[in-house]
Amino acid sequence: MIRALGWRLAQAGMVAFLVAISSFLMMRALPGDMVMRIAGARFGYDNITAENAELVRAQLGDPSGIGAFFGWFSGMLRGDLGNSLVSGMPVSAEIGHQLGATAQLAGGAIVLSLLIGPPLGIAAGLRPGGWFDRLTLLLAAALKATPQFLLGLVLIVLVSIALGLLPAAGHGAPQHLVLPALTLALGLAAATTRITREALVQARQSDWWRFARWKGLREDQVLLFHGLRHVAVPVLTLIAAQFVALMEGVVVVETIFGWPGIGHALVHAVFHRDVPMVQGTALMMGLAFVLVNACADIAARLLDPREARQ
Amino acid sequence: MIARYFGAAILAAVLMFALGLPLIHPVDPVAQSLMHALHPPSFESWLGYDHLGRSMAARLAAALRLSLGLAAATLLTTAVIGVALGALASWRGGWVDRAVTLFADSVVALPALLIVLMAGIILPNQPLAFWAGLSATLWVEIFRLTRATIRAQLAAPSVEAARLLGFGPFYIFRIHLWPELAPVLRATFALTFAAVVMGIAALGFVSVGVRAPTPELGLMMVELLPYWREAPWALLQPVLVTLATLLALTLIAGEKRT
Repeated sequence: MIRALGWRLAQAGMVAFLVAISSFLMMRALPGDMVMRIAGARFGYDNITAENAELVRAQLGDPSGIGAFFGWFSGMLRGDLGNSLVSGMPVSAEIGHQLGATAQLAGGAIVLSLLIGPPLGIAAGLRPGGWFDRLTLLLAAALKATPQFLLGLVLIVLVSIALGLLPAAGHGAPQHLVLPALTLALGLAAATTRITREALVQARQSDWWRFARWKGLREDQVLLFHGLRHVAVPVLTLIAAQFVALMEGVVVVETIFGWPGIGHALVHAVFHRDVPMVQGTALMMGLAFVLVNACADIAARLLDPREARQ
Repeated sequence: MIARYFGAAILAAVLMFALGLPLIHPVDPVAQSLMHALHPPSFESWLGYDHLGRSMAARLAAALRLSLGLAAATLLTTAVIGVALGALASWRGGWVDRAVTLFADSVVALPALLIVLMAGIILPNQPLAFWAGLSATLWVEIFRLTRATIRAQLAAPSVEAARLLGFGPFYIFRIHLWPELAPVLRATFALTFAAVVMGIAALGFVSVGVRAPTPELGLMMVELLPYWREAPWALLQPVLVTLATLLALTLIAGEKRT
């Protein structure tokens, strides 16, 4: 357990280091005079004048020097992510603001995928090779081959435009959450359905399942008291591992649905070459992945203590 | 097995369209002719024209050449990096193994699209940035599989005998390890290829990928989206081509055996 968590800690450090290196490269590679770009983003592109550029330069210093890199890296270790080059606000405040919206979306997507995936997987795993099993296999393969942005597009066209049931974009009311969360959830659910099915089929062939049946439990009792716990471990590990795909989906889905989260901010920051914002977002996404997986490590150990005893 | 041949057939058809079209129908994919704007498919132009009167067929073929070419280049790079690092880590073991695995685990923590976006800022040229960014992330899966497979193989008596006989690592890799590794990697290669096609289209779709007027599948969808009522056939073309390509690759990869 300690070893696993130590590994996660080393992973977190390595993630921060990788983000720092790529951020440094981004700063060095920015084309043209970066100060002019920032002045354009801040005052509008018609107002790029030497005075405005000098104003920006006086406020920010030389943003592409090596000193700036070490300043940022040491600041990052202290928890200070610097200021956005566009809005001038601290990056940590901006990201903290957007992280809430993204957490809402990602949480909604995970909950929805858990409502869709494992129940279908269990239904398929109870009759392996049956028509329902083959149907879920087909659906999962089709969903895996569909890019998320297309899925979002299809949902917008079908549900919002053709049926007029839900708003296509926006943030605030609960009904705004449904479509973007569903777009993310369907991709996740395709994976969880298959892994649940595999785990259940494997469990039903195991000795302990047969023993539970032999001591007199009904099939549904074995599933409820023994099977679900067994199936939960691979599903949990898969969801944690898929978290990075979820973050990737967040970038695309937030942009399509106009959801004011971290992915939306990232696309904007890339567009305006706002390197501190890109750094901060990358760091947040990377560390969130490590944290989620560390939690999954602990939860898997609690659900299945057999490994710890060995 | 049938599904795999079916997938290969679809992919072959897509490739033939992308590579063969310029030979029989040499039209510039960015040449505009507003007279033809949103002209539906007809006998002279099978796929019609887009909102700026550009030939849809030529644009689709050019977009496919870009996506598939980038995917092939990326696959080659990731395969070389992944197999080389995987072989190195499992062969040397110890701290080399731990260091490379930690590096791979940390790369995986960062979303691939994010790394591609960062590469897009670092490198001046868009296709180059796609290649670098996707190569930098997608090697991990190949590395993991290679490491696990070779690790198991190194303990096999045949490999041990070859080592005792004094054969070098390259000989052992070619004769004993690669034949075991290749079938394991085939599915991952197909999925890596699909990931590149999907990633390029996704970034084009959120307008941070390839810039207009270069034809690109995701970008074409965004450009044609405002005309979905007047010309649904135009919007459907890049959508269907993308889906067909991805479906073919998923079929070739097959269901993961667990």
